[in-house]
Amino acid sequence: MHSSLQGSSHSSSDSPSGYRQATRMPAPSVTLRVHKGGLMVAVKATLMRDVTLLIRRRGEVLNPLVFFALVITLFPIAISPDPELLAVIAPGLLWVAALLAALLSLDSLFRSDYDDGSLEQLLLAPQPLAALSLAKVAVHWLLTGLPLALMAPLLGIMLALPAGSYAVLALSLALGTASLSLIGAIGAALTVGLARGGVLLSLLVLPLYIPVLIFGAGAVQAAIVGDGVSAHLAILGALLAAALMLAPWAIAASLRISING
Amino acid sequence: MWAFIHKLGSPKWFYGISAKLQPWFWVAAVLLIVSGSLWGLAFAPADYQQGNSFRIIYVHVPAAFLAQSIFISMAVSGLVFMVWKIKVADMAAAMMAPLGAAMTFVALFSGAVWGVPTWGTWWMWDARLTSMLILLFLYLGVIALRGAFTSRDSASRAASVLAMVGVINIPIIKYSVDWWYTLHQPASFTLTSRPTMPTEMWLPLVIMVLGFYSFFIALTLMRTRSEILRREASKRWVHDLIKAQVEEAR
Repeated sequence: MHSSLQGSSHSSSDSPSGYRQATRMPAPSVTLRVHKGGLMVAVKATLMRDVTLLIRRRGEVLNPLVFFALVITLFPIAISPDPELLAVIAPGLLWVAALLAALLSLDSLFRSDYDDGSLEQLLLAPQPLAALSLAKVAVHWLLTGLPLALMAPLLGIMLALPAGSYAVLALSLALGTASLSLIGAIGAALTVGLARGGVLLSLLVLPLYIPVLIFGAGAVQAAIVGDGVSAHLAILGALLAAALMLAPWAIAASLRISING
Repeated sequence: MWAFIHKLGSPKWFYGISAKLQPWFWVAAVLLIVSGSLWGLAFAPADYQQGNSFRIIYVHVPAAFLAQSIFISMAVSGLVFMVWKIKVADMAAAMMAPLGAAMTFVALFSGAVWGVPTWGTWWMWDARLTSMLILLFLYLGVIALRGAFTSRDSASRAASVLAMVGVINIPIIKYSVDWWYTLHQPASFTLTSRPTMPTEMWLPLVIMVLGFYSFFIALTLMRTRSEILRREASKRWVHDLIKAQVEEAR
C-alpha cells in the first residue's frame, strides 16, 4: 500500500510525463491499483492501519485511561473525601480530567508517523490529505475519546455523582471528545515537527477546548439539577459538526507546514 | 487594484510608503491620546456612582478594543500571507502579536484595578474578564508557536494557521463564556451603563479609542519597517539604502 502510494504520487504530483513513463514501464501492478481505488479505499486503508497500530501498541490506548483514573483519585485526596462535597464538583472534575487525558494522548497522534516517515507518504498520496487526516483523527477518538467516555461513569460512582446523570456524562463526553480530538489534531499537526512540542501543544489547544468544556460539564450539571440536557447536547453536536467541517482542512495545512519545515 | 496589492507586497515599496505614512500616525496618536487623557482624566465629570474610579475606562476600553482588533488583523494578515504569499503581511502579523498580548494584559490589569473600588475584589469570573483571559492565552500560543520553529518560513505559516483557527474560535469562545456566566451566576455586577453616559464622558473615550488605534498603526508600521530591514538584510536595495545613509551622515 505505502510503497505503491509513493510510486504513483511522486509521478502524478511532480511531473505528468513521469507518470506516463511509469505506466508504460512494466511496473508492478500495484501502481495502477491505487488510481483505481478512490478516496474511500485510501480512507479505509488509513483507518485499518491506524487501528491495527494502536491495538499493537496497547499502552497508547491504556495510558490515557489510567491517567484519567489517577487524576480523579487525586481530587478526593487533595480536597476532601466528603461525598456531598465531591458530588457538587464531580461533573467538572470528570470533564477536566477527561479533557486532560485526551490532551495527553494527542502528542502521539502524528508523532510515530512523523518519525518513521509514513506521514510524508500520506502527504504524497493522490487522495486529499484532509480526508486521510480525518480518518486518523477518527481512529484517535475511537480508541481514546470513546473509552474515556465509557469509563467516566465508573469514576462518577467513586465521586458520588448523583444518579440520573451517568448516561448524560457518557454521552456528553463521547460527543465532546470527538470535537476535542479534531481541534487537538490541529495543534498536534502544528507541533509534530518540533522536538519538544508537548507543553506548547497544550498551550495552543487548551484555550480552544473551553467551549466544549463549558457545554460538556454544563450538560452533566443540568442533568443533576433536573433541567433539560438536550440544549447542551445539541450545542455539543453543533460544535462537533463545525469542527468536522473545518478542522480537517486546518489539520492538512498544518501537516504540510510541519513536513516542509 | 492588483498591481497596487502586488506593489504593497514588495518589502521595498512598503518600506518607502510606510516612511511617508508613519509620521502622520505618530502625530495623530500623540495628539489624540494626550488630548483624550487630559479631557478624560481632568475635565470629564465624575461618575455619580463610581466617583473618579470610572476614569479607568479611558484606558480600559481602548485597550480592550485594540486587544480584539489586533487578533483579527493578525489573522487577516495570516490569511493574506497564506493565500498570496505576501511576506510583508507576515512581518506585520509577527510584529502585531506582542502588542496585542500587551493590550490584552493592559485591559485585564486595568479591569482588575477597576474591580477593587467597584466590585471590592481584584478578580471576578465575569464573562468578559474570562474571555479576555482566554484571548491572552491565544495570543501567547501564537507567539510561542512562532518562536518554537527554527525555520522562519514554517514559523510564519504555522503562526498564520493558528491565528486563523483562533479567530474562528473567538466568537464561539465568547458566546459560550457568556452562556456559562449566565448559567452560573445571575448578573450581580454589570458594567452596562454605557448608553446612559453623558456626552462629555464618552467623547473623550472615543478620542482615546482613536488615539490607541493610531498608536497601533504607527507602532506596527515602525516595527514592520525594522523587521523588513532585518529579514531583507542581504538584499541589494537594503545595502544601497544603508550606503546612501552612511554617505549622507558623512
